[in-house]
Amino acid sequence: MSNFITSPAPHVHGGDSVRKNMLLVILALLPAYVVSVIEFGWGALITAAISVAACVLTEWLIGRFVLKEKRQTIGDLSAVLTGLLLAFNLPSSIDWWIVLIGAVVAIGVGKMTFGGLGQNPFNPALVGRVFLLISFPAQMTTWPLAKGFETSYLDAETGATPLYYLKHMAKTGDLSVMENLPALRDAFLGAMGGSLGEVCALALILGGLFLICTRVITWHIPVSIIATVALFAWIGTPEGMESSQYVAYQLLSGGLMLGAFFMATDYVTSPMTAWGKIIFGIGIGFIMMVIRTWGAYPEGMSFAILIMNACVPLLNKIRPMRFGEKKK
Amino acid sequence: MRTFKIGGVHPQDNKQFSAHQPITECPLPKQAIIPLVQHIGAPAQAVVEVGAKVKVGELLAKAGGFVSANICSPVSGTVTKIDQATDAWGAPMQCIFIDVEGDEWLPEIDRKPDLVRQCTLEPKAIIDKIAAAGIVGLGGACFPTHVKLLPPPGKKAEVLIVNGVECEPYLTCDHQLMLEHGEEIIIGIEILKKALGVQRAIIGIENNKKDAIERMRTLAQSKLGIEVMPLKLRYPQGGEKQLIDACIGRQVPSGALPIEVGAVVDNVATIFAVYEAVQKNKPLISRVMTVTGKHVAKPGNYSVRFGTPIDEVIELAGGVPAHTGKIIGGGPMMGRAMDHTEGMPANKRLSGLLFLDEKESVRAEEENCIRCGKCVQACPMGLEPYLLQRLSQLEMWDECEKHDVMDCIDCGCCVYTCPAHRRLLDGIRPAKAKVGSILRERAAAAQAAK
Repeated sequence: MSNFITSPAPHVHGGDSVRKNMLLVILALLPAYVVSVIEFGWGALITAAISVAACVLTEWLIGRFVLKEKRQTIGDLSAVLTGLLLAFNLPSSIDWWIVLIGAVVAIGVGKMTFGGLGQNPFNPALVGRVFLLISFPAQMTTWPLAKGFETSYLDAETGATPLYYLKHMAKTGDLSVMENLPALRDAFLGAMGGSLGEVCALALILGGLFLICTRVITWHIPVSIIATVALFAWIGTPEGMESSQYVAYQLLSGGLMLGAFFMATDYVTSPMTAWGKIIFGIGIGFIMMVIRTWGAYPEGMSFAILIMNACVPLLNKIRPMRFGEKKK
Repeated sequence: MRTFKIGGVHPQDNKQFSAHQPITECPLPKQAIIPLVQHIGAPAQAVVEVGAKVKVGELLAKAGGFVSANICSPVSGTVTKIDQATDAWGAPMQCIFIDVEGDEWLPEIDRKPDLVRQCTLEPKAIIDKIAAAGIVGLGGACFPTHVKLLPPPGKKAEVLIVNGVECEPYLTCDHQLMLEHGEEIIIGIEILKKALGVQRAIIGIENNKKDAIERMRTLAQSKLGIEVMPLKLRYPQGGEKQLIDACIGRQVPSGALPIEVGAVVDNVATIFAVYEAVQKNKPLISRVMTVTGKHVAKPGNYSVRFGTPIDEVIELAGGVPAHTGKIIGGGPMMGRAMDHTEGMPANKRLSGLLFLDEKESVRAEEENCIRCGKCVQACPMGLEPYLLQRLSQLEMWDECEKHDVMDCIDCGCCVYTCPAHRRLLDGIRPAKAKVGSILRERAAAAQAAK
C-alpha cells in the first residue's frame, strides 16, 4: 500500500491568495480609471500604460538579474497594482520619461531593495510619487483641466486644483477665491483638475466599498482617516464659510479618497490590528490636514501616509484583544 | 443568533456526503489492538495478562492516575500479547492484542433496546460509574469525563453546556447521533445535571443541522432546565472556550478551565456514553465515526468497537478511493494525516476518516507574508499568528510566551485564511511545545526552591 501525504493540519484552505487580493484592488480601481480616461483622454491611457509596464519590467529585471530568484513574483500582480496606483498619483499630461523614472524608483527603490513584496516599509507607489514631486516640482504640479478627448495629450490646458484655493482661504481668510472652486457636484463626480486617478470621489468610494464588502480591506483605516479630516476641517473652517461646505471640499479634493481607500490600506505598509489601523488612520488624517492648512505643498496625503508608514512597526506593538482578557 | 465574539472562519462544511446516513454497525474484527493511551493524562495500567480470556466490557487496564481513564474490553476473546504498536496519531505505545472469539458480554450489561429513564443514583455513585466505564470526551480532546465532574475545591458548576456543534467540516457522527439517540442524550443530560448539581443545561447546535435542533427541541420541551440553542455557523465554535462564549457570553481566562466561569462542557457523544454507562452498565467500548470524502463509495456513519483495524472500517465504506492523496484521522481542520493505515486501530479519539484526493492534499507553495493581518482577524483567541511564527523561527521563546503562544488552540484558522499560504501553525506548534516545557521546568524549579 502506498504511503500517503502527511502534512500537518489544517488540510483545507479558504482559497484566498495574494494574486486574488491584488486583482480585486485593481478591479476596484477601474471605475475611477474609466472616469479619468473620460476626463483626461489620451493622457490617462498613456501615463497608466507606461507606469504599469515599467513597474512590471523593473520587478522582473531585478528579480531575474539582481536577486536571481527562481520564481518570479510578477505573477502576483502587485507590481501591476503599484504601477496603476503610481499613475493615479501623477498628472495625466506628465512627460513619459518622468513616469518611467517614477516607476523605476517605486519598484526598484521602494520595494525590491527591501526584498520584494511584504518587506518594504513604505508604500512603493508613494515612494515613486514623492521622489518625482521633489525632483520635478513644476511638472508634478501642473495639472491639466478635465477636458476629455477634445484636446491632445500634449497641449492640455492647465490650472490650479481646488486645494490651492482652499489653502489660500485657510491661510489668509480671503474668501474671494471661493468662486474659483468647482461646484461640489463636479468635485464629487470628478470634473475638476487633479492627478489622474484622484478626481472622482464617487468612483473611488464605490471601489472602496467594494473592497470592504469583499473583505479585501477593513473599514478601520478609511473611516478613521475620513472622520479625522472631517473633524479637523469642521473645527478649522475659515471664518465666513459654511463648515459643511468647507468639510465637503476638503473631503472631495486632492488625493484623500484615493489615499484613504487604496493607498493607506496597502497591506504591507499598514498595521495588523484593528486599533493599530484606527490610530494609523487618525495620524494620516491629522498630518494631511496640517500640511494642507499650513504646509508648503497644497496636498499632503502622500507625505502623511509615508510618515505613518514609518510608525507601523510601533503600531504593531498594539495587541489585539485576547480571548478572555478582562476589559479594564 | 448567537456565536463567539472574536475571530473564526467559514469553511465549506461538506457534510452532504455522509449526512443522514444511518449509523451502521461495523463487524467485529478478527484481532483487536487496544492502545493503553486513548485519553489525555497518564497511560492506563494493564490488569490482564497474556492468555487471559476476556468478555466484552471487562476491565483491561485501569486508570494510571487522577487524570487518566479505564479501558474496558471492546471484544471477547483471548489476550495474545501486550506489546508496542502505533496508534492512528503515530504515537508508539503499549497495546493489548486480543484474538476475537464470539461476542460474549459481561452479564450485568443491559443489551435490551428499551430506554431506561429513571436514575435514582446519588451524584457520587453516578461519577464512580462514569469513571469505571472509562468515558472520555469524545469531541476530540479525550479528557477523562469523571475528572470534569469533580470541580476543584472552591469552584462551583452552574451550567452544563452540551456540545452538539460539530464545527469540523465533513464530520456528521454527532449530528446522526442526535437524530437517532436524542432521547438517550436527554436522559444523559439529566444524569449529568444531577451529578454536577446544576439546574441548567444548554445544548449548542450549529444552524446547519436544523433537523437536529428541531429533534432536540421537541425532546427537551417537557424537561425542566434544558434549553436548545441554535448557533450561527462559524468555525471553531466547537472549541470549548468558544462554545461557552457563544452560549453564555462568558470568556474563560487564559490558562484556566471552564469551571472558572461555572461551566462544564460535554460533547453529545460523551453524554450518550454516560447514558449507556449509568443506565445500561455498558462501558465505553465503541464510538460512531464518519467515513467520508468526495470520492468515497459509501460515505457514512459507522459504529466501531475500539481496537478494530481502521482498514476494516475503510473496507466497509467501499475501500480507499482511487487517487487518494491524504487519509485524515478526524476532520480537515484539526485532524491528523496518516501515512499508512495497516495495523492502526480505531480508538476513542478517532471521530472520522476523511479521504482527500491528490489535488486537495498538496499544500500550496508559501509566499512572502504580505502583512495583511487576516490571521490576526481570524484568530479566535485574539493572538498574532504571523508574529508567533516569526518569533518561533527565531527561537525567541521568551517573546513567544509574552505573546501568549500557550493560548493557541491549534484550530488552524490562521493557516486556513492566509492568502500567502503561510504555514503558520508549523511554526507555532513547536513554540507551544518548547514554551510548555520551559513553563514546566520553571514550575518544578519553584517547587524545589520551596
